[in-house]
Amino acid sequence: MIGKQVLGIAFSNMRDFDLGKMTAHRTIGSVPFGGRYRLVDFALSNMVNAGISNVGVITQTNYQSLMDHLSSGREWDLSRKRGGLRILPPYASLSGKGEYRGTLEALYGAMGFIRHSTAEYVVVTGCDYVLNIDFTDLFEAHEKSGADITVVYRNKNIEQKEEEHGTVFQFNRDGMVNDVMVGPVLLGNRNLYMSILIMKKSLLESLVEDNVGHDRYSMRRNVLLAKYNQLKIYGFEYKDYCAHIHNLNSYYQANMELLIPSVRTVIFRQDRPIYTKVRDEVPAKYGLSALVGNSLVADGSIINGEIENSVIFRGVHIGKGAKVKNCILMQGTIVGENVTLDSVITDKNVVIREGRTLVGFETYPIYINKNNSI
Amino acid sequence: MAVKKEWLAMLLAGGQGSRLYTLTKKLAKPAVPYGGKYRIIDFPLSNCVNSGIDTVGVLTQYQPLVLNEYIGNGQPWDLDRVDGGVFVLPPYQKSSGSDWYTGTANAIYQNIPFIERYDPEYVLILSGDHIYKMDYAKMLALHKEKGADCTIAVLDVPYEEASRFGIMNTDETGRIFEFEEKPKQPKSTLASMGIYIFTWKKLKAYLEMDEQDPTSSKDFGKNVIPAMLEAGEKMYAYPFEGYWKDVGTIDSLWEANMDLLNPNVELELYDPSWKIYARNPVQPPHYIGSDAKVQNSMITEGCQVNGTIDFSILFAGVTVEPGAIIRDSIIMPGAVVKTGAVVEYAIVAEDAVIGEGAQVGARPENTPEKDQWGVTVIGAGAEIAAKATIPPKSMIEGKA
Repeated sequence: MIGKQVLGIAFSNMRDFDLGKMTAHRTIGSVPFGGRYRLVDFALSNMVNAGISNVGVITQTNYQSLMDHLSSGREWDLSRKRGGLRILPPYASLSGKGEYRGTLEALYGAMGFIRHSTAEYVVVTGCDYVLNIDFTDLFEAHEKSGADITVVYRNKNIEQKEEEHGTVFQFNRDGMVNDVMVGPVLLGNRNLYMSILIMKKSLLESLVEDNVGHDRYSMRRNVLLAKYNQLKIYGFEYKDYCAHIHNLNSYYQANMELLIPSVRTVIFRQDRPIYTKVRDEVPAKYGLSALVGNSLVADGSIINGEIENSVIFRGVHIGKGAKVKNCILMQGTIVGENVTLDSVITDKNVVIREGRTLVGFETYPIYINKNNSI
Repeated sequence: MAVKKEWLAMLLAGGQGSRLYTLTKKLAKPAVPYGGKYRIIDFPLSNCVNSGIDTVGVLTQYQPLVLNEYIGNGQPWDLDRVDGGVFVLPPYQKSSGSDWYTGTANAIYQNIPFIERYDPEYVLILSGDHIYKMDYAKMLALHKEKGADCTIAVLDVPYEEASRFGIMNTDETGRIFEFEEKPKQPKSTLASMGIYIFTWKKLKAYLEMDEQDPTSSKDFGKNVIPAMLEAGEKMYAYPFEGYWKDVGTIDSLWEANMDLLNPNVELELYDPSWKIYARNPVQPPHYIGSDAKVQNSMITEGCQVNGTIDFSILFAGVTVEPGAIIRDSIIMPGAVVKTGAVVEYAIVAEDAVIGEGAQVGARPENTPEKDQWGVTVIGAGAEIAAKATIPPKSMIEGKA
């Protein structure tokens, strides 16, 4: 437990645009995931499970759903007298529009909160990864390496060119970064940055001030890329399962991968639980004609039809004779009788009326906007 | 002195529930799990909050540990309040000595100082043994309208069953003129539900009087109510309509759970205007495997189901391995049913393990001697060996 020595900062808006309509009215941190979670739950739970009890969540736009989800932070045990959760909407940024251009500029806007903390270190993380990481391990590796900054990466063999935008590292024998590429073609064996890093708070403060003073705003370009020769940057490899949510396809795949038992064992560990907002739902109810296989089902659902290879969120109703296959149905989706759905993602409170058929493809799922009715 | 309250609730949660045997060995009856994610006490607590009561005293005595931890600061029921909230009230030592709660009336008597802090006009007395949804505010409205000293909630029960209850005989205005405890020949079918609203000043006087009587058993039904009737106090019956079930026995606990799966039973938990709150486990959605078959059942978070489930209720974090069959049963949190095991008409308590190929309980049609049939109970943490056969109506603790 690294507790009071470390301040946590989570970015809930990093790369919202990648998810298109799904993030039209919410931050990437508040994107629903895995039947009952939001992506920010993973970032916050990882911090809390390492004993970090003072966490700032930096937001930019469309943060109402995020504020509704996080509220006082009680569900993550972050409703505290000392520290706890602080939501940091934009203010007084340099552009004057209340929007920031990059991580450093956002951190500059949160400088009051950061300075106020008595912690010696800062962990900064995005919300675009589904993972269960032990920040205590990261902290210890950082201490042991003697580095100024430790970045978290994963090693991946990429066989097909991906649309994913990434930052790639190369390391010397001591595990220190000796090359950085921002946004290269992703092919072959790559060490991919996972948007998580740790450093001394004092270093972060001076990096933010120096760069923002020079109108530089990007952590990747202006710190990692520009300074890897001057600063010792250590790489901490995350070896367990994780999923990067960077477009609708990867969002879909990551949900589907939760159906694999070994993935759930890694993500939903009993010793490091993933916390989320409680909704006081009734247990899921299966009717006489229910037939369900290889699916995750959340509380509050009423199932009277067939479901296969799907993730069913809280409060979803499936009518008699309906066939749901390879789908992600978010909270409050109503599927009428004799509906057929294959490879469909429904956002919150979508209604599919009796007898409709919608078929996408596993590599190209159909997405239906929040509150729509078909 | 705290802020004055118009009314507050006192919830009697000290009952041992001895007829639930092994299920209440380590926990008080109100803490017994029910309905997949609840405990019995969630019903009166949620009813209080939904009725607008913000101060609840929970009187505990028998095995209070689980209940204390469960209630905590009352946050799941929205009872973590600046003024009031939920308070666990065990018996305590006073300058003049200390006593266990000797009866329901004595439990309230010993907590007069707690009630007086809020200076209420009315006090609602509840028990933690029943499954029902009720708007106590409507009952208070009747109490005020009649200018009553005491209002007792009553349920119209079938005549054949009336002799099992405390029966209220009322006039045409609903005023109670007679109370009969378990009468052989009932004059009415209005059964007391053990839910009382008292005008506090009156109740206080009667509690103090009752305490002075050495022959009294310090019980509401046996002593306080009859004494008030005899003295001609204004006592009214509040007729309740809807689902109400005492879960005091293994059979009634099993039935009350199964009622949730019966579309003809009017206990609706999916009602957003009257939610039943509970302390939620932190677990992922449940997983239903490819070879699983689940029908007519309720399943909650954290379960891993790879077998066949029919007419059953699975609590949080239950594991059902491939080929296992669970029918007409209640499987409480964390229990494991291993490959090929068959569980029928059973209550499997928390963290119990049913070994591979074991047979637990039986269907009534497969039991030749009808009087030997009954619901089987596997106690908390019990381990049933592989291939073991546990006959119907048995009760298992430890290893078998």
